[in-house]
Amino acid sequence: MTRRLINRRPDRAGLVAWGAVPFLIAIIAYFIFSTLRLAENPNDKLLPGLATLGRSLYSLGFAQDARTGQILLWADTLSSLRRLGMGLAAATGIGLGFGIATGVIPYVRAGLSPFIAVVSMIPPMAVLPILFIVFGLDELSKVVLITIGITPFLIRDLALKVGELPNELLIKAQTLGASTWQIILRVVLPQIAPRLLDGIRLSLGPAWLFLISAEAIAATDGLGYRIFLMRRYLAMDVILPYVAWITFLAFVMDWVLRRISRRYFPWQNAESQ
Amino acid sequence: MSRVSVRNLWMEYPGQVVLERINLEIESGEFCVLLGPSGCGKTTFLRLLLSMEQPTRGRILLDGEVLPGEPGPDRGVVFQRYSAFPHLTVTQNVILGLEFAGSRLLGKLFGAARRRAVAEAERVIEAVGLSAARDKYPAQLSGGMQQRLAIAQTLIRKPKLLLLDEPFGALDPGTKLQMYELITRLWREEQITVFMVTHDLKEGFTLATRVLTFDKIRIDPQEPGAYGATITFNLPLQRRRAGAADIVAV
Repeated sequence: MTRRLINRRPDRAGLVAWGAVPFLIAIIAYFIFSTLRLAENPNDKLLPGLATLGRSLYSLGFAQDARTGQILLWADTLSSLRRLGMGLAAATGIGLGFGIATGVIPYVRAGLSPFIAVVSMIPPMAVLPILFIVFGLDELSKVVLITIGITPFLIRDLALKVGELPNELLIKAQTLGASTWQIILRVVLPQIAPRLLDGIRLSLGPAWLFLISAEAIAATDGLGYRIFLMRRYLAMDVILPYVAWITFLAFVMDWVLRRISRRYFPWQNAESQ
Repeated sequence: MSRVSVRNLWMEYPGQVVLERINLEIESGEFCVLLGPSGCGKTTFLRLLLSMEQPTRGRILLDGEVLPGEPGPDRGVVFQRYSAFPHLTVTQNVILGLEFAGSRLLGKLFGAARRRAVAEAERVIEAVGLSAARDKYPAQLSGGMQQRLAIAQTLIRKPKLLLLDEPFGALDPGTKLQMYELITRLWREEQITVFMVTHDLKEGFTLATRVLTFDKIRIDPQEPGAYGATITFNLPLQRRRAGAADIVAV
């Protein structure tokens, strides 16, 4: 009995195995090509071997930097995450406030949505020079870039979600005596909170993009700064672990947000319980 | 008291008259069922009673006062769908009305005030038969249970009018019978005036003390929107003041 391809599904173990295959292929391919290149030229820097990678990983992640006395990877991670965190926090706050206000209050919507629609089309990287001029070259301009980069999306996403709330629920709340403020607090906010988390998850990619770009252009530490600094020395043994580390951080943040969404908004998937 | 008077009500949209010349006097405590074909304006009339829309001409009086321009706690509503708040459990849904009234700033009660509200909600939840499901979310309830919840939620604010927009339209026949029994009992206990939209004739005549039928009596074939629907029959029914047994027999 052969079933159609669309009806055959991997079991639990199969899911893990199939999911691991592309990762294994990528890793194996890397080391095959690395070995080939190193056999030809032992000083090749493009695809460093396991030993070189291990050595630089140790010096980055565990040994103190001779010049600053800091452990580079951790110092860079801390600076970058602080910028990213502040940018995301500011964007979330502004996005939530304006998103709900434009979604719920017709006068705010009439006043703001054309403006937001236009502002969201400004490429954030194009205003980076302005930010550097206005806010200086240190932390603030980087945080502002991340904020500017993702806030319009969050506002529009949340305003859309508020608009999708069934009108019946807003009417019902009014028949229970709710004021505008109470409706926002008890009806709208809890129902768009999961969408907010989803919005932040989707914004993580752009947020990292803006962070690394800003760090590449003007910074003295940070993950993006380090990568672009090491590019001058073709130090792939530093760049590759950094890229892997950034990917890992982004993945963990995404995963944590997804867990929070499931844990604190059980009503979303209530049917399946 | 909750006496409803409708004086020469017209409802027009651009290029279309929906309702015309509606005049009604409804005594307190009546169970009015609004019947009629689709698109004849019975739901529009219910929306006007709820102040979701404003009439083009004429007015609606509740106990002699013109209706406020927006929905409020004097008029409760149960829709066919989206009746309860999906992010709140049964108990939280029911106490919500008390929380809105008791806490202007947060819309949420804590401590002793919350316990009092929960106790009051418990009585209503019991009355609609949802005690066993009090900690469930609406999505975990069957359609009939969701409508029971919506009714309980509405009753806790003790509205003068209860407006039902095809509340049982999506339910299976057996559940409908249980809901007829429930709504009849609550209507009698709460002494509330009910307006219910349905297109189920049998349902209408089972529940109503007064049947209002909406239809267009004038039709201009060149311009279908020129005339609106009005109340074609206003039938008071001698409703048997009996319990569920008869309803099941119907």
